[in-house]
Amino acid sequence: MRVVVDFDLCESNAVCMGIAPEIFEVRDDDFLYILDENPSESLRAKLEESVQRCPKQAISIAED
Amino acid sequence: MTSTAVVVGASLAGTNAARTLRLEGHEGEIIVLDPDLRAQYDRPPLSKEFLAGNLDPERIMLQAAKEDLGLDVRLGTRATALDLIERRLSTQHLDGTLEFLHYDCLVIATGASARRLPDTAGVAGVHVVRTVDDSLSLRADLEAGPRRVVVIGAGFIGGEVAATCRGRGLEVTLVEAMPVPLERALGAAMGEVCARVHIDHGVDVRLGTGVERLETTHADGHERVVGVHLTDGTFVEADVVVVGIGVTVNTGWLEGSGLTLDDGIVCDDTLLAAPGVVAAGDIARYHSRRFDRSFRIEHWEHAIAGGEAAARRLLAEQRGEAPTVFDPVPWFWSDQYDRKIQLSGRPEATDIARVVHGSVDEFRFVTMYGREGRLVGVLGMNRPRHVIQLRGLIEEGASFDDACARAESM
Ligand SMILES: Cc1cc2nc3c(=O)[nH]c(=O)nc-3n(C[C@H](O)[C@H](O)[C@H](O)COP(=O)(O)OP(=O)(O)OC[C@H]3O[C@@H](n4cnc5c(N)ncnc54)[C@H](O)[C@@H]3O)c2cc1C
Ligand code: SF4
Repeated sequence: MRVVVDFDLCESNAVCMGIAPEIFEVRDDDFLYILDENPSESLRAKLEESVQRCPKQAISIAED
Repeated sequence: MTSTAVVVGASLAGTNAARTLRLEGHEGEIIVLDPDLRAQYDRPPLSKEFLAGNLDPERIMLQAAKEDLGLDVRLGTRATALDLIERRLSTQHLDGTLEFLHYDCLVIATGASARRLPDTAGVAGVHVVRTVDDSLSLRADLEAGPRRVVVIGAGFIGGEVAATCRGRGLEVTLVEAMPVPLERALGAAMGEVCARVHIDHGVDVRLGTGVERLETTHADGHERVVGVHLTDGTFVEADVVVVGIGVTVNTGWLEGSGLTLDDGIVCDDTLLAAPGVVAAGDIARYHSRRFDRSFRIEHWEHAIAGGEAAARRLLAEQRGEAPTVFDPVPWFWSDQYDRKIQLSGRPEATDIARVVHGSVDEFRFVTMYGREGRLVGVLGMNRPRHVIQLRGLIEEGASFDDACARAESM
């Protein structure tokens, strides 16, 4: 699975980072960085929770 | 055995409860009721980007409503009464049809409604912001280019509306009855900082004054607002008035049902309100062991977490499993101008508030709240990473001094 973030929607509120710090990081420049674009299956639950809790609906999961 | 689940309220808490019921194994019917024909949409944009731009209502559909989960969503239908013994709801459709609805398990997520000023119903130019229709009608009035907008109540929604109006280039007066806005939520010092953000953005902020009455005119058979008389004796001309003075919970239909009502539905610490009945979202009052308080939380994320937890509570009951206590650390955000205000925890006006990072004058800082030696809240302005990471310390029950030291070294 691949993490897709729509950076036009993302407002860097770091909710995803709170849920899945292995995948997401908001740095001091106030931008969101994807640390792991192809996370392992063991992170699926956290990634799905991030999708649901992102206030801007900026995250999606692409299956490849 | 299949059972029927009914979810009353198709907004954030109800939709997430229905989704969780389905995804986590409820096999029977799931019926979701809501009188709002535009449900299931997201409310935070209604005072922000939806009000600022020209987004279609379809663009703010809830994430949790986007999958096909085989739910029976009945919009235009309101629950009007609850019979706990018969496990039966009375419902009324907008077309007048009355119907009884049997349930085996019930989620109540009827949320809250915006409080209005007395005697302002039907007065053109006077708005609240709670529903898509509210926001659309305010948007139309803002697009007409009013000379001034008066926002009554400098809480989070009032502050966001003021910011959005300034973003549209409109003149704004923000009126707050208390000497400092947001004092109850953030304490006086931080409330004062929030007021300064508005002043810096050219808002005419009037603190410590209430509304005496609205001034209206009659034209073409319509009553229309033209200004606001304040209790300090001043008069502010306005073509548009937005009222943001808090909410009242939608519990009217539950009077006499046997559920305990007290500014919300009183639940136990697993969100159970009666056997087979749970509540979630803005309407649910429960006791938090973590904060040693009974409260309702009116935050977006809390409505999702509550909806999920309430659904799991019902599933646990059906399966005879031990229930889980619901006691997450609340988290909230508000966007005003280019400032992101975020809050973890549940501070109170009497807590110690210590700025541990950044600068209040630059509106970029982190403030920690302490009570009885414990960390109970973290406020950030344009410091989202800190607020999220420090939330974990509230979860752990960290001491205030340790937490401040940790925050200062971040
Ligand atoms: C303008 C605005 C901006 C906001 N911004 C933020 C923000 O930036 N950050 C944040 O954390 N939170 C924000 N919030 C708060 C957040 O949106 C709420 O906490 C959340 O909507 C609560 O969800 P809920 O499902 O509990 O209740 P509600 O969203 O109030 O939904 C209740 C639903 O129940 C329905 N209903 C009512 N009575 C009945 C009945 N008798 N029968 C059937 N259905 C009924 C209603 O039509 C409604 O759809 C904002 C709220 C508003 C209004
Ligand atoms: S939760 Fe959404 S909006 Fe927030 S930082 Fe992550 S992707 Fe961006």
